[in-house]
Amino acid sequence: MEITRYRIIFSGSGGQGLVSAAIILAEAAVLHENLEAVQSQSYGAAARGGATRADVIIADGPINMPKITQPSILICMTQEAYTKFSPLIRPGGLLISDKKFVKTTRRVDARQIELPLYQTVVSEIGNAVVLNICVLGALIGMRGIVKKSSVEQVLADKFPPAFMAGNQMALDIGFEMGFEYAQ
Amino acid sequence: MSKNITFVQGNEACALGAMYAGLDFYAGYPITPSTEIAETLALTMPAAGKKFIQMEDEISSMCAIIGASLTGNKVMTATSGPGFSLMQEALGYAVMAEIPCVVANVQRGGPSTGNPTHVSQGDVNQARWGTHGDHSIVALSASNHQDVFRMTVEAFNIAETYRTPVILLFDEVIGHMREKLIIPQEEEIPRVARLRTSLKEGVNYHPYLPREDGRLPMSDFGDVHRFNVTGLYHDMWGFPTDKPDVVQELLRHQVDKIENNVHKMTFYKSYFLEDASVVLISYGSSARSALSVVKQRRNRGESIGLLELNTIWPFPAELVRECTQNAELVAVVEMNVGQLTQSVKLAVGSSKRVHLINRVDGQMINDKDIKKILRILQGRGI
Repeated sequence: MEITRYRIIFSGSGGQGLVSAAIILAEAAVLHENLEAVQSQSYGAAARGGATRADVIIADGPINMPKITQPSILICMTQEAYTKFSPLIRPGGLLISDKKFVKTTRRVDARQIELPLYQTVVSEIGNAVVLNICVLGALIGMRGIVKKSSVEQVLADKFPPAFMAGNQMALDIGFEMGFEYAQ
Repeated sequence: MSKNITFVQGNEACALGAMYAGLDFYAGYPITPSTEIAETLALTMPAAGKKFIQMEDEISSMCAIIGASLTGNKVMTATSGPGFSLMQEALGYAVMAEIPCVVANVQRGGPSTGNPTHVSQGDVNQARWGTHGDHSIVALSASNHQDVFRMTVEAFNIAETYRTPVILLFDEVIGHMREKLIIPQEEEIPRVARLRTSLKEGVNYHPYLPREDGRLPMSDFGDVHRFNVTGLYHDMWGFPTDKPDVVQELLRHQVDKIENNVHKMTFYKSYFLEDASVVLISYGSSARSALSVVKQRRNRGESIGLLELNTIWPFPAELVRECTQNAELVAVVEMNVGQLTQSVKLAVGSSKRVHLINRVDGQMINDKDIKKILRILQGRGI
């Protein structure tokens, strides 16, 4: 396997579940794929309404620096987060945003992919609470990072069985949308 | 997947370490960025038949754990700067009455309510001298979750062995970030049990009469022996005294039991120090950035190394002296205005060789910050 270090920022607003998505991704890497991961997030006012972010670094060796200064992958789920964090992206990186929430206005030196994540989750599942899992599905569909089965394992271990069906649908929908852009 | 692999916050690692060490009683008042320690213990302790109490404030928390320790329990509280300030009076009582207890301080920006959700290492000297009067203290730190767990267990061991409060000086970055923690096997880290007196009921028990090895066996307060506990200078029965010889002997005993055993409670890690002409000294989350710089520079062939201190107090001066004797440049990486740098300067002797590399704006010092200042110190400019 190619030795890669993923530096991923999930950004949006508090309550979208992006911190959870970041933790699930990191857990899939550490608990099921023998990789190293470090996850951190914004606290305080930023997490309570402003632009929030959750950082995940995944690597196959030790990770010293827990904070990301230049994400290789940036996910933006609100306009405010897009405005605030898109200038950080590493040249040649990947920027994923939601079509409903973000108008991509500025030019960044990155591959920008806009997906109708929110719209699809609402129309096909009818419950936006699983949007974060859909985001996660799109990310791993596009870039791999961890196997889909590892994420499924974390979801099964972490949440009551009653939530599995909704999470699974969201993950599948996201994965398919992301996979179209897989390189 | 092994059952022992977990992915947790540093605060959870601390709580899990405390449970591993045999924590019986926790009293605390939640405060960012330490809250998850209380949160985790509030879940795990009652389920394990242990006592968890949320108190009305931090001084009552400190007093509650002191009382619980006296009755034979392994105890702990956790807080951050503002709460740690409130605990100082009772912390001094625990020093004077020689009561084993562990206090975790997950540091945030101060003074006062300061910068609650952001990182700092500004309580290093408060841990040393926050409570008044001549005394010694133990403070441990960690830069990763495996060490957070390990140092928490060692904190309980030192507290029990030397009958002293032990402070765990973590910081917001370590407390909040998540990373891998492998929970050690049951017997992997030795655990020191409470040393209890073998004296039976009806036999005179002297709570403050040291054995030949200097240790003071305890008797669970409220059990078979009657004795006095006070914050005043006291005799071997625990009753107040101002007799000069007793006062001096007790003060010396309390300081010497720690300062004479520095080597036994010094935990550290060294990276590439053998031939290092530049030695970085750091602790807590700053040490992660320092290590990152050392690895990058080593890859370029520079002779640079890192001494990471897990034991901050008592200050391991001898170790620091040995590790820096051949260094042309010593730089202390910390997130304060140079609190440990002072001690390093004293240990190294020639203070001109010792410099501070810091950041005090609530942001974690990163590898670029360190490299920038290092270049200037090395006369290479920006």
